[in-house]
Amino acid sequence: MSAHEWGPATASPPVGENDIRRWAIAVYWPERPPARYTEPGGPVAPPDFNPFAWPLDPLPQIPGAAREDFPEHARVMNGGQKDRYGVPIRPGDVITTTSRIAAIESRATRLGDTRFVSTEQLWRNQRGEFVRSRTSTLIRY
Amino acid sequence: MAEITSNMPYDAITIGDTLPPWSRVTDIMHWNRYAAVNDEFLYFHMEDEAARAALNPQGAFGMGNLRFAYMHNALEAVFGDVAAVRELSCQFRTINQKGDCLTVTGTVTEKWQDGAEQMLRIKLDVRNQHGDSTCPGEAVIAYG
Repeated sequence: MSAHEWGPATASPPVGENDIRRWAIAVYWPERPPARYTEPGGPVAPPDFNPFAWPLDPLPQIPGAAREDFPEHARVMNGGQKDRYGVPIRPGDVITTTSRIAAIESRATRLGDTRFVSTEQLWRNQRGEFVRSRTSTLIRY
Repeated sequence: MAEITSNMPYDAITIGDTLPPWSRVTDIMHWNRYAAVNDEFLYFHMEDEAARAALNPQGAFGMGNLRFAYMHNALEAVFGDVAAVRELSCQFRTINQKGDCLTVTGTVTEKWQDGAEQMLRIKLDVRNQHGDSTCPGEAVIAYG
């Protein structure tokens, strides 16, 4: 797989109304979340909701971005992320994800020889609508 | 410069206006709930010994993604009924220690028209009780 080729697609289980409600309660704890996330029969998910949080099988690794691809850089830090949002997730939605390497940069930092590994994840719903993209950067050193 | 109020119309917002601060004092009760929904059960978020072994002497520490959620919450509180978050980005800089009071802050840095949508760019951060920047970022908001 080349550095910019998308990996295999994986579908989430159908999103449950209770999944959304529990997510909202967790991220607003101890205050009550906004009604839009909890209305019976009609909630939307918070933008950061993750329908892939509890997989029965691990999501496919992105070739070239796994820990074993960096044997000389065993330590890792989460460098940050950038999300773009489309339509919101609603109960019953099935979200499909696919990922690829966005970029790998090598730089000398105070941590020594460092790799900045950026990956991109793309989500669409069952109607093919754009839901979210996330570019994440892991710092390996 | 002024503080943006909930559901304020686009035309009433000017560059330099700020978000009302959005705060949480976080500890294991917040982190465990987040771990339970995001399947983020890492020992260093739960056990002081594991966190010290991971070179954080103060013990268990919070998830970066929960601070990202707090940024969304701060935006939702202001724009939830009138606009949509189109983009949100952040860098994780400083660890969220147990008992930290985290406050999301934001300042409008740009306004522009994009087709039928009226856009805002907001510089964000999540600061701890010492004023340290733990999670600088940026949001793009669309009124449409």
